[in-house]
Amino acid sequence: MKGRMISPGRAEGVAIVSKEPIGFYGGIDATTGIVIEKGHELEGECVKDKILVFPCGKGSTVGSYVIYGLKKNGVAPSAIVNKETETIVATGVILAGIPCVDGIDMDNIKTGDTLIVDADSGTVEL
Amino acid sequence: MHLTKEEEKILAGEQGEVAERLFRLLVRLGDIYGADRMVPIGSVQVAGVSYKSLGLPGLEFLEDYAGKGAKVKVLTYLNPAGMDLEDWEELAFPRDFAEMQIRVMNAFRKMGVIITSTCTPYLAGNLPRYREHIAWSESSAVSFSNSVIGARTNREGGPSALAAAICGMTPNYGLHLDENRKPNFVVKVDAKLEFNSDFGALGHYVGQQVKNKIPYFTGMHEANTDQLKTLGAAMAASGAVALYHVEGQTPEAHLMDTSGLETIEVGGKELQESYDKLNTGKEPDIVILGCPHASLREIASLAEKLDGKTLKKPVWICTSRVMKEAANRMHLTDIIEKAGGKIVADTCMVVSPIEDMGYKTTGVNSGKAASYLPGFCKQEVVFANIDKLIKGQLK
Repeated sequence: MKGRMISPGRAEGVAIVSKEPIGFYGGIDATTGIVIEKGHELEGECVKDKILVFPCGKGSTVGSYVIYGLKKNGVAPSAIVNKETETIVATGVILAGIPCVDGIDMDNIKTGDTLIVDADSGTVEL
Repeated sequence: MHLTKEEEKILAGEQGEVAERLFRLLVRLGDIYGADRMVPIGSVQVAGVSYKSLGLPGLEFLEDYAGKGAKVKVLTYLNPAGMDLEDWEELAFPRDFAEMQIRVMNAFRKMGVIITSTCTPYLAGNLPRYREHIAWSESSAVSFSNSVIGARTNREGGPSALAAAICGMTPNYGLHLDENRKPNFVVKVDAKLEFNSDFGALGHYVGQQVKNKIPYFTGMHEANTDQLKTLGAAMAASGAVALYHVEGQTPEAHLMDTSGLETIEVGGKELQESYDKLNTGKEPDIVILGCPHASLREIASLAEKLDGKTLKKPVWICTSRVMKEAANRMHLTDIIEKAGGKIVADTCMVVSPIEDMGYKTTGVNSGKAASYLPGFCKQEVVFANIDKLIKGQLK
C-alpha cells in the first residue's frame, strides 16, 4: 500500500488496529505503553513494539509530548500507520523519531497481521 | 515545498540533531498544509508552559532539548505558567507542583526563551507589526495579533511554535497568505455590549456558529482593545476562530469584500443564550478575572470597585508580571489587597491546579474561561458581568 511519509524510518512488526481515533494525552500511559482511555476499543492493550494503526489523532496538543515520552521510556510502537495524520501525531512521531506513514486504507489491515512499514518510501507491506 | 540549499542542509543534519528534528517538523507541517516555502518570522509565542498541561512527558522533552543545546533565534515569549512564579507559596499553590513548574521555566530559560508567562504578549513587550509574519500559539493571542494588529500567524501548537523559534522560520501557509484572510461570514450585531462579559458572550455565540472560519462584524459600536481581546478569546475557545474583522475598527476590514457572504444576526436573545449555556453554578467560591490577562486599565477598574470595601470571598485578577509591576507602582495592588483581593501574575486559572486548591465554583466574566473551566478544572461556572460578580463576593 502506498501512502506518504510523515516521519522517516523503517520497522517490521505485528499490527494492533483501532478503528477509533487515538488521543495520546490521557489515552495512553507514557510509562507503560498501555491504552488507558475508558471505553476505547484498545483499552488495556499495550502498544510497545507494535505497529500501531489508527485513523487519526484527537485531543490535546500535549499528546505530542506523550508520544515522545513513550519512545523515551522504551514502550513506543515501532511504527505508526494512519489514514490521515494530523498535527499532534505528526509532531509527536517526528520529535520522537518513530517511523510514520499516512494515506493508508486501514480496511485491509487487522490486528495480528505482520507489517513492514517503510516510511522513507511511504509504503506499508502486509 | 521549495527549500533553499541552506534549509536542505539543516534537514540533512548539518546543524545537529535538534535543528534537524525541529526543522523536519516544520517541513512536514508545511507539506501537510500545502506551504510553498518557509518564511522568516519576527517573534514567537510558545504554549505548553504550565506543568499541569505538560506533565512529565512535556517537561522531559523540554529538558532533553534544552540539554542538547537548543536555542531560540527570534524573540520568544511564553504562555502563562501554572502558578504565580514569585508568590506561589503565599497564594497556596501546591509545593510539589511548584517544583516541577520551576524546572519547566529553567528549561525554557536555558533555550533563551523570555520568561514572560502571559497570554497577552502584545501588552508585555512583544508587539508585532501590521502584516508581520510571526508564529504564535495561544488562541486568544493569535486572534488578537491577526485581527486587531493585522500581523500574520496560524494557530500554532506548543511544539511547532518552539520549533519555529529555534529555526527562526515557519511554513508559509494558512493565514500567512492574503487569500486566506478573507471573511466567510458577516456577523450583524444588534445588541447592547456594555460589559466585557457581553463581548465574551458574543464571542462564545459567534465561535460556535462559524467554527474555524473568519467572521466580519458590522454594527458593533466603538470597542477598545480590552473588549476586542475578550471577544477574540471567546471565539477562539468556543470555535477555532484565528482571525476576525470589525468594520471600521480593525486594520484589514476595509480591504474586504463582504458581498454574497452568509449573514449571521446576533441580538440580545443570542447573548442571553450564551450566558445561560455557560452558567452551570450557583454561588462562586472564588471570582477570577483576567482571562485573557488584564490590562492596566482593567486592574484600575477593579481597584476602583473595591476601594474601601471588604471582600467576604476571594477575588483574583490574573495579569502579566509587567502589568503587576505597574499596578504596584500606582498602588492599585495595595487597594485591591486591602479589600481582600489579589493580583496574580504569570498564571491563568485554566492551567493552574485550582481544583486542588479547594475551589469548586468559580465566577468569571470571560467567555473563554467560562468555556474551559468545567473541562480543565472541574469547576462549576458562574458567568456574569464584573459588577454582579464583585457584588456577590462582597455580601
